[in-house]
Amino acid sequence: MNSIDLAEMSNNFVYASMITLFLATIFFALSYSAGRTRAETRALVDSTGSVIPPAESSSSEAATTPANPGWRMANIGLSLSWLSAGLLLVGVIVRSLWADRAPWGNMYEYSITSALGILLVYLIWSTRRDLRWLGLFVTIPALLTLGLAVTVLYTEAAQLVPALKSYWLVIHVLAAIICGGAFTVAAATAGLSLIADRHWIKQLPSRETLEKLTHRIIAFSFPLWTFAVIAGAIWAENAWGRYWGWDPKETWAFITWVIFAAYLHARSTAGWKHQKASVIAILGWVAFLINYFGVNIFVNSLHSYAGV
Amino acid sequence: MATETTTEQVPLPPMSRVGFFRWMWRQLTSMKTALILLFLLALASVPGSVIPQRGINPILVDEWLTDNPTWGPLLDTFGFFDVFAAPWFAAIYILLFISLIGCVLPRLGVHWRAMRQPPPPAPRYLMRLGGETAEINEQPALILSRAEKYLHKDRWRVIRSGESWVAAEKGYLRETGNLVFHFSLILILFAVAYGGLFGWRGNVIVREGEGFSNTLTQYDAWSGGRLTSPDTLPAFSFTLEDFNVEFSRAESQRGAPQLFEADVSVVRPGESMAANERIEVNYPMTIESAKIFLVGHGYAPQFIIRDSTGNIVFDDAVVFLPQDGSFTSTGVIKVPDSTPQLGVRGIFLPTTALSEERGPFSSFPAPDDPSVFLGAWEGDLGLDSGIPQSVYTLDSESMEQLGLRALRPGETWELPGGAGSIEFVDFERWASFQIAADPGKEVALIASILAIAGLSLSLFIQRRRVWVKVRPNAATGGTTVEVAGLAKASGDDPKENVDELVKYLIGEAT
Ligand code: HEM
Repeated sequence: MNSIDLAEMSNNFVYASMITLFLATIFFALSYSAGRTRAETRALVDSTGSVIPPAESSSSEAATTPANPGWRMANIGLSLSWLSAGLLLVGVIVRSLWADRAPWGNMYEYSITSALGILLVYLIWSTRRDLRWLGLFVTIPALLTLGLAVTVLYTEAAQLVPALKSYWLVIHVLAAIICGGAFTVAAATAGLSLIADRHWIKQLPSRETLEKLTHRIIAFSFPLWTFAVIAGAIWAENAWGRYWGWDPKETWAFITWVIFAAYLHARSTAGWKHQKASVIAILGWVAFLINYFGVNIFVNSLHSYAGV
Repeated sequence: MATETTTEQVPLPPMSRVGFFRWMWRQLTSMKTALILLFLLALASVPGSVIPQRGINPILVDEWLTDNPTWGPLLDTFGFFDVFAAPWFAAIYILLFISLIGCVLPRLGVHWRAMRQPPPPAPRYLMRLGGETAEINEQPALILSRAEKYLHKDRWRVIRSGESWVAAEKGYLRETGNLVFHFSLILILFAVAYGGLFGWRGNVIVREGEGFSNTLTQYDAWSGGRLTSPDTLPAFSFTLEDFNVEFSRAESQRGAPQLFEADVSVVRPGESMAANERIEVNYPMTIESAKIFLVGHGYAPQFIIRDSTGNIVFDDAVVFLPQDGSFTSTGVIKVPDSTPQLGVRGIFLPTTALSEERGPFSSFPAPDDPSVFLGAWEGDLGLDSGIPQSVYTLDSESMEQLGLRALRPGETWELPGGAGSIEFVDFERWASFQIAADPGKEVALIASILAIAGLSLSLFIQRRRVWVKVRPNAATGGTTVEVAGLAKASGDDPKENVDELVKYLIGEAT
């Protein structure tokens, strides 16, 4: 198969994955509205005062058990998400076969791999606990990342400049991509924990549960992020002769690290455990995004400015 | 674990000075202060990524200063162009580390004692912890022995009180890991500071065929830490024998570098024979404490200049600096030995192209169609004024322009008015090297590995206690067993341990 075919094939898999993911998003969204109608009906019944014992017992279960009609939609959403992740995985692998290197040689490749990272962190986690309520808030960022990738960031595959050919770089970026996925999921649970008390969405777990889940993901990703930063430093030492030079990319990696360290501290500090900690978790994710989009674009423009 | 700081009203500081300092100390080492200092650290780093920094791009800093005549100097006064060396930045992390030490040292003692203490006895009302109760048709002592056996196998620390209870605790490594993590942060800071004080780095451009020996005077730029002695640089030298570079010709990434490597013959300290080695990007050459990195490359066109009488006054290759990705390169030749003195500004184009708006430029980085565009001046080069001049700029203020000319290799430009001639012989390549030593980096690496290890222990290990209480049940002749647990971290739950233990005790009995 010649290389143009491989490129097209990769693109087609990415498009197929996006369509699937779009459908998954719709089903996840429908799962909430199905739950909501049910909850509203229940409220109506309650307010009329006509309390029928069997109905009451079933409705109290409805919000938590799979009997909730919304969950059927969410199950479809979940299956579609798996399918989408599978398609995207093939797309990423084919892309990397085409380019003959790790699939993160430019912003486009980095973005599609990151979208895969977001999906996989969520899906693998959801095999261990019921996370159907979270689906929508994961598929949307993944879909946005993919959309941005295929529209704005698309680049032909190309060889890496020599400075980017390094084992450590592969390890460093892989760890960063997994962290990106985890930080995104954490930002979703943290964000939901901030609105959980308002009962906008009936299916959401309690605020405490959401906070615990946020903590769990960050506790998993913080050591990995630490590792990613250190692997980057080892690479920088090999390429430029200094392991740390405070260039904007490094600076924002540091800022992200410090914010998540603050998050972990906040979780053990009275008065900071709850809403404030959740806000810090979201700030950490924002810092990660700034590093990912902001610095890449900003630094490029700096370079072209310096080159004039 | 002293992780909870109380949110009680802070008591008014006592009047005595000792009391005041104690109060200050307690404030500084509180968890909330650590949190705020961490925030400040993150916030203070932001300008370092937004405003150009001297350490990274001094030229950009100067441009910024010229473009912002009001704000620039003000920001400069407060160190915003060198944020990570600014006193206010140092103040934040020094406070943070004092807080860290003050916070972690006492915990070291507490943890040391806790590790050597047996798990505490079962609480009187165990079921208040929300455990499980079971009736087992067996003797209490037997059940306790089985609980002990199970817990030992599951790596708990276990004590037993006769025939009434077993207490167990595990996860001591969590706090150990946490302490290791915080101490390795201190070690990293120390390693960075040590490297900064005793390290050095320099840059040098070496032409093909030219040599370099590692002394201060041979560097184009060199900087060392406050305690670095330039006399102790490792005594090595090398010659750049050959420099290879390849550029992509594929349409999608035309001109991107695909490979560059420098073949050098190097004489290591204490040796007399030269050895051949190759330096590539990502593969530096290591000599004692120093590492030699290949960081850039370019062209050095070679000229022969004759004066009006036909004498050769200049015969050398001149380093031209690349200005863009296609290696449109600029440079200067100064000939002080001719009368009058001669100055030349040149553009070297590896692949010659011309356009209306850009003038001469290079369209590809490889030397497919090389040429130089020269402008010559005659007069006073200003070299005797005492003001040091860059070799890359020509001050033509007090000189008179002779003309402009494009040359291909082998061509000669006869200067107007019989002022002499300039022959563009050929071109060479040069490579630029960064040579650096950081004696703190090994310690920094070890400390980083310790930090990750400690962090992982601290985040993945849970500190939990479980108790098994047994009581003969007179009514059934069996034993009432109560099992409950306690997690030390908020948000953690020992339920799985309790469930499994109960299952084991019942399962073994039937
Ligand atoms: C350089 C600054 C610091 C950084 C980057 C840092 C980082 C961290 C991180 C990532 C954790 C999470 C590990 C865990 O939860 O077990 C942690 C925990 C902890 N830190 Fe720090 N820390 C710093 C300074 C301090 C200071 C100044 C204090 C004392 C006030 C402190 C006290 C603690 C305590 C008590 C925990 C345990 C929390 C728990 O068990 O959940 N740290 N630190």
